[in-house]
Parts: sequence; structure tokens; C-alpha cells
Amino acid sequence: MQLRSNEPTGPIEHRWEKHKESSKLVAPANRRKHTVIVVGSGLAGGAAAASLGEMGYNVKCFCYQDSPRRAHSIAAQGGINAAKNYQNDGDSVYRLFYDTVKGGDFRSRESNVYRLAQLSVNIIDQAVAQGVPFAREYGGLLANRSFGGAQVSRTFYARGQTGQQLLLGAYQALCRQIEEGTVEMMPRTEMLDLIVHDGRARGIVTRCMKTGKISPHIADMVVLCTGGYGNVFYLSTNAKGCNCMAVWRAHRHGAAFANPCYTQIHPTCIPQSGSYQSKLTLMSESLRNDGRVWVPRKKEDVTKRPEDIPEEDRYYYLEERYPAFGNLVPRDVASRNALYVTSEGLGVGLEVDGERRGVYLDFSDAINRLGEETIRERYGNLFDMYERIAGDSPYKTPMRIYPATHYTMGGLWVDYNLQTTIPGLFSGGEANFSDHGANRLGASALMQGLADGYFVLPFTVGNYLGEVRTLPPLDENHADVTRAVRAVEERIHKLMNAPEPKHAPEYFHRKLGRIIWTKCGMSRNKEGLEEALREIPKLRDQFWREVKIVGSGAELNQTLERAGRVADFFELGELMCIDALQREESCGGHFREEYEENGEALRDDERFSHVSAWEWTGNPGEPRLHKEPLTFEYVKPSKRSYK
Amino acid sequence: MSEELLNLTLHVWRQDGPNDAGRFETHQANGISTHMSFLEMLDVVNEDLIERDKSPIAFDHDCREGICGSCGMVVNGVAHGPQKLTTVCQLHMRQFDDGHEVWLEPWRASGFPVVKDLVVDRSALDRIIQAGGYISIRTGSASEANEMPIAKAIADQAMDAAECIGCGACVAACPNASASLFTAAKISHLSLLPQGQAERQDRARTMVAQMDAEGFGGCTNHGECEAACPKGVSLQWIARMNRELVRSMVRSDSGTKSGRR
Ligand SMILES: Cc1cc2nc3c(=O)[nH]c(=O)nc-3n(C[C@H](O)[C@H](O)[C@H](O)COP(=O)(O)OP(=O)(O)OC[C@H]3O[C@@H](n4cnc5c(N)ncnc54)[C@H](O)[C@@H]3O)c2cc1C
Ligand code: SF4
Ligand code: FES
Repeated sequence: MQLRSNEPTGPIEHRWEKHKESSKLVAPANRRKHTVIVVGSGLAGGAAAASLGEMGYNVKCFCYQDSPRRAHSIAAQGGINAAKNYQNDGDSVYRLFYDTVKGGDFRSRESNVYRLAQLSVNIIDQAVAQGVPFAREYGGLLANRSFGGAQVSRTFYARGQTGQQLLLGAYQALCRQIEEGTVEMMPRTEMLDLIVHDGRARGIVTRCMKTGKISPHIADMVVLCTGGYGNVFYLSTNAKGCNCMAVWRAHRHGAAFANPCYTQIHPTCIPQSGSYQSKLTLMSESLRNDGRVWVPRKKEDVTKRPEDIPEEDRYYYLEERYPAFGNLVPRDVASRNALYVTSEGLGVGLEVDGERRGVYLDFSDAINRLGEETIRERYGNLFDMYERIAGDSPYKTPMRIYPATHYTMGGLWVDYNLQTTIPGLFSGGEANFSDHGANRLGASALMQGLADGYFVLPFTVGNYLGEVRTLPPLDENHADVTRAVRAVEERIHKLMNAPEPKHAPEYFHRKLGRIIWTKCGMSRNKEGLEEALREIPKLRDQFWREVKIVGSGAELNQTLERAGRVADFFELGELMCIDALQREESCGGHFREEYEENGEALRDDERFSHVSAWEWTGNPGEPRLHKEPLTFEYVKPSKRSYK
Repeated sequence: MSEELLNLTLHVWRQDGPNDAGRFETHQANGISTHMSFLEMLDVVNEDLIERDKSPIAFDHDCREGICGSCGMVVNGVAHGPQKLTTVCQLHMRQFDDGHEVWLEPWRASGFPVVKDLVVDRSALDRIIQAGGYISIRTGSASEANEMPIAKAIADQAMDAAECIGCGACVAACPNASASLFTAAKISHLSLLPQGQAERQDRARTMVAQMDAEGFGGCTNHGECEAACPKGVSLQWIARMNRELVRSMVRSDSGTKSGRR
């Protein structure tokens, strides 16, 4: 396996232009002859499918929800970054590039990040033209806010529903192409495998989720925009259906999987209330602007009502440990510290599996200082949502929060063209290993998904097709196709006929999630990771022996859908632990307890300034490692410090 | 934060497929924590059904935070259940009392055929959007975003209309099974904005024609849709849609898109 990044050289600000100038094109009349499969209809997939259809390609787009409008991009709240410098506060493409490389803890590819920052401005133009109702100032111009500790206000937002409005913009563009007949949309259709022929990705095998019908779809190339794998933790802020099946199937066919251990844990989510918990809800990060984080100093106080704990017995641990940044330390620092205080037995709230995993986020000072009305204006919606879920009013008693998995920086390895190590297989959005390095900055995933979907993929897909020109036709009866279909059928058969069926797939998923969360979550160490690597294969064997699915595969069967996804999470989870064990340094979202200095992550640029890209070998426990070295010509690696 | 445990009797609509007649089935849900969400309660019931070799209840859901619009069922006769402005995935069990009987049914409308149990086919809503619920702008051809200021009040109103999550509760709640609120929300969002003016002429006509073709009923001002809508989408948009419709009828001789339905 060769990892060639194919990034252009020369001054960074001209690389994308230069690359486009030297790329191949497909003449408009010939585009119709090329079939492109896009799996996923989120920001990345929806935007790519709509744009490719509009250019005249014959597009087939798939999603597992009943409508493309429901992809999980819909849930993004906070906003989207763009280097417009509308606020005249000194922002620029270079600054956004710089912040993103630094925020990613020097583990991303400079050329890609620069392109992302450049394209950010086009995204806003495109979205506004589509009618996305971004927030505006009284003068009628677009409003911005500062987000996630950025020193400039470059975040565009649409109330608390930025992802929803951006996705609806892409969805409506997609609808226009469906109506025009350039895109064939197949919702409730799950990709279960990839078809590789002659070393190239040539199609997918799907299951119709309404009828259970298994079908091959043949194309000239395949684009995977299937989102992140955060649900490997079982509990996360992702939608219940988010899964890694598509990328994992691609990985098993030879697509390298990069940096699986880079996952982001968001500090402000509503804590788990019981073992039945099915997902965790994110509360916007902006809450930390006015809320103070604390836990009781004494263990015996954790069950007391917070109002009854006197000031001197409250431990404002972020303010004490990080006087300069206080409650506004970056996501990973805030998350890790919550873990530490709760493992010391100082956690508050409901006890779940013998632990109280919650800390207070207290607005009483802010309410005293600014008045309840101001706080209501700022956070009214969030407070209402909290009350609906947790049953308490944050105006009266502190919120309880706890970190939860939110985003996965790892994913399919892609080159500058977003092509994986399988020719003809491309990947965009959260599904690829992305431009975020070891840590993603707030409001930059929407930006990346749309940059990939609207501006990069339509172009690089054309370049690929221009290069290969006409591919030999592939018949549905070809052995490569029938073999893939048979493999899918056999896997379903195996899932439905476990030798000693006992438990629903969730039973195993919860256990897997618990292992990954405790041993490959916010804070990792060698011992824990090795333990996880012993436990996961055992649990996986038990899963295949005891998973129980009622009903048949030839109908809507939601248990079967979940079982297939959980099966792949087992293998990916194992790879995450292997990757985390191998990366003997701390960087971004990957914190190894052995590599720290005064509680700060200790990067090892000498040994680990590379992308870890793993190759499938047939044995999930023994993947092969390939390294893509990272060089920094523009942003010189520096150490983070928030003390 | 105090927790109580509830015992409930569920009467759930079970239907094997679109052609099955369907029936209610009764299940006991015991020891349900008041902190659970309604769908988590169903998860618990389903896991138990699976362990006992019984077919679990099919229902749609994804985000479970009230934004994707996947979930939806009629709980005790009310679309999305008893809590105002709340999708069923955000409904929590503290809204119920111990010993309650709970009736669960799918959205019932001729435009929404049942797929299985509580899952219905809402693709008709997608087809209404396909009939004109967009602004045609080629990727990459947009002009600088701040060239066209839009008054904040207008932008805010457009956002109000754009809040719709496409769940279909308005249809389920309407005695005529009309999709007017859904359709009107999109027509209003786009017609309020300057970007949406070029296609304004046709939009209302083609989208409403599609709504009718899908077998949804007409609006006779019951207002049940607004009451059921989890996003507070306002009835005023239906009045606006009707004005748009008149406008496009009057001017339909000019500039009709060729090939439009
Ligand atoms: C709660 C929350 C809040 C967030 N807030 C922000 C924010 O404020 N700003 C920001 O920048 N980012 C935010 N993010 C991150 C951001 O929303 C996501 O990273 C981004 O939207 C992912 O887009 P995507 O297109 O890659 O994937 P998705 O939107 O997840 O789409 C995946 C698509 O793939 C399809 N799919 C998956 N598997 C299959 C399969 N096997 N077969 C067929 N189809 C399949 C799905 O149906 C779906 O259409 C947030 C994330 C969460 C969870
Ligand atoms: S108008 Fe309201 S009830 Fe109707 S689909 Fe939209 S969000 Fe759902
Ligand atoms: S599951 Fe997404 S809105 Fe209810």
C-alpha cells in the first residue's frame, strides 16, 4: 500500500488553483455517461450529489433515513466558520488556516487545511443564495459570533439550528436535481458492502430497509459521505443510526483507515440518567461563557442539594487549576478534568452503575450579575431543552453536565483529491480522516463537510473520470458482483442464526461502549488499552454466538439493521485501541496518561508527526501500519498551554 | 431530579405491512423511570420482547433530540403526545402517571401509507419539496453574500417558517389529513427572501399541485396542525400560501417553467 498525498507544491495560497488548472475535465456531453454513487445525504453527501447532478453526471444517492433531509448534520447547533472578516477584526484565510492547524495539534495536512479555509468563504455565498436564513444584524448584513475560544468572530449561525438550515439548503438543491432527473435518490437503503473490480471501486451492495431486498448497484466510482463513528461508544451525541458500516466495509476491501484513535469528547452534555440511556444530548458550548463549573469538595456532599453546599465547600476546579482560562479552557481540557474529579468520587447527580457522572454548571452568579432576563435571552432555548430532559430548571438550580463523545477526527485515509487508497473510492465529510488533525475546532465540521461536498468532490470526481475515461462495463452477473452480494447475504444469515441466541444487539453494544469509553475515551493508558484489547475480541465472539434477532431479513427489521452496525463497531473499536496504544504521545483528543507534563498533553513530534493509516490484513487484531509523514512549512509546531 | 418508577399499560398498533389490516396489541411496561424518554421506554419494552422471542415494535427515530423529524406517533390521540412543542423523542416519562394506559398509533393519512407498526412512508413530503421548494442556484455561481442586505425582521420571519422539521405531525393531526402547514412553511420561507423572488411565480402553484396529487386533503381552518406542530410553525403561513397561490394563478400565463407539473 502506497500513501501518496498528491498535494500540489508551491506557495500554499495557489495550490488549489494550480491543482484545478492541471486537472482533467469531462466534457458536458460525456458526463451523463458516467454513473457516480454517493452514499450519504448529509452536508457532504447531499452537497456532492446535488452538485454532481447539476454538472450532468448520472448520480445515485443513498441514505438510511426515510428522507435525505434527516442526515445527522441536521443536529449541528452552534454554527459554521468562514474567513469573511465581516467583523473587521483581523480575520483572514491565513488566520483560519493557522487556527485550524494549531487547533488540530499539528497532526493535519497543511495543503488540505489551507484549501478548507479558502473555500469557507464560498460556502457562505452559496448557502445565502440558496435561502439559508442566517442570523443578521439590524443593518441587514450577516451576523457573526465568536465560538469555541476563537479570537475573532467568524462563526455564522441560524439560531441554534445552523446544521439544520445548511442541510435543508443542500437537501433542497438535491431535490431540484431529483426533479430534473439527474439524481436518483434511494432513502431507507443501506450500503452493506463495496464492489471492487479490477482494483477499482465499481459499486455497492445495498439492502432495502423496507423489503429486505439485497441489490447490487454498479457505477464508475463510489463516494462515501457516511458520517462519523462516534456511536462506537454506544452513548454519544450522534443520532442513534450513525454507524461505521460503509467505511468499515471499504476498509476491509483495502481502504486505509487513518487515525482511528482521534475522537472528540465534548464537555457540556446532559449526563446519563440511567442504564437505559440511549443517547446523550449536547448543550451548546456557549454555556461556559456564563456558567461556572464546580463539584463539592467533600465526598459526603455529593448527594446534598447544591443550594445547601456553602461557597467554601465548592470546588471550582477549572478556575483553580487554569486561572488564565478558567471555565473557558478548550474542550479536551474541560472534559478530562470532569473525568478526574468524578473518578475521585466528587461527581454529582444520579448514580448509574455505581458512579455519579456529573458536574455542576452554575448560572447563579451570572443571574445575580446580569439578571434572569439577560440569561433567558442568551440561553432560554437551551435551558428549556435541559428542563425537558433533566426535569430541573437551570434558573433555579445548577445544571448537571458531563462530557460525551461528539465527533470523530479519524476516518478513511484520503489524498488531496479525497480519494482513498482504493482507486475510484472517494470520501468526504466526517467519514474521511479530515482536515482536523487530532482535534476539531468548533464550527469547522460543517465547513469541512460543505467544502468537500460543494467544491472539492465535484471537481476531483471529474478529474478521476477524466483520467480513466471509459471503464469497461461491469455486468451484474460478473463474479466480483455476485460474490459481494453473496457475502452480504451470508453475513445477514449468520447474524440471524446465531448458535445460542440470547440478547438484543444493544446488550453487546452497551458493553462494547463501556470498554471503549473507560479505556479509549478521554484519558488513556497502556494498561487500560491492553486490557481493552483482551476484552473486545472476547465480547465480539460472544456477540456472534448470542446475538438475537427476531423476525426475518425480508421485511423492515430494525434489530437486524442494528446488529449489522454493532458487528462492525467491534472491529473498529479494536482498531481504535491498537492505534491509541501505538501512538505513544498525547495530542489533541488523544491523551495518554504516560505522556503529559503538569497535566498538559505532551506531543512527540520527533516520533509521531505522521498520520497513522492502517491496512486491513484479514485479522482485526493485526492490522498493518503505514505512515504518512507530516511537514509544516507555514505553521511551526508549538506547544499548547492553558495554564 | 427525583425519580419515580411507573407501571404502564401500552396499547400499541401492530401492522405487519402496508396490506395488513393491523390491530392493537397490549404490552405491560413496568418499572419505567420518570427520567426515561418516551422512546427509551419503548427501547426497554422492545429489548424485553426480543428476549422473549416476540417481534419488537417498529418505530422511526434517529437524532432523538427533536430536530431530524424522523420520530412521530400518535400518543393517546395526540400527535407527538401530551407535551406542547415537543417531539415524541423529547417527551419524557415524567409526563405520565403510574397506572396510565397509553395508546400508540402511527400517523394516519392516505398520503402516509403504513410501512410497519408505527412506521409510515412520508416520501410524499419530499416530493412536495421536489416540486419547487428550492431556489435554483448553481454551485459556485453565487455572488458575495453581503451584497444583498436583508432586513433582520424579514430574515427572522423566514427563519420562523424554516423551522419545520418535516415530521408530518400536522398531517396526522388534521381532520382532512392536509399537508398545508408543511407546504406553506416552505413556500413562505422562500417567498419572504429576496433570493426566492425569481421562482416565486410558479412555486406555490407547483408545490400545492403536488400536495393535492399526493392525496392530502385541503385546509378548512381547523388549526389542529399548529397545535400539534413540535416547532411552533404558525398558521399564518397557510394564509400566506393562499395569497401566493392566487398571485401565481393570476400571473400564470407569464413565465411558466416548461415541463413543470
Ligand atoms: C449534536 C451535534 C452538534 C454539532 N454541532 C456542530 C456545529 O455547531 N458546528 C460544526 O461545524 N459541526 C458540528 N457538529 C459536527 C457536524 O454536524 C458533523 O460532523 C457533520 O454534519 C457531518 O456531516 P456528514 O455529511 O459528514 O455526515 P452526516 O450528516 O452524518 O451524514 C451521513 C449520511 O450517511 C448516510 N449513511 C451512513 N451510513 C450509511 C450506509 N451504510 N448506507 C447508506 N447511507 C448511509 C446517512 O443516512 C446520512 O445521510 C455537531 C455534531 C453533533 C453530533
Ligand atoms: S409544520 Fe410542524 S408538524 Fe408539520 S411537518 Fe413541519 S414541523 Fe412537523
Ligand atoms: S428522533 Fe429526530 S426528531 Fe425525534
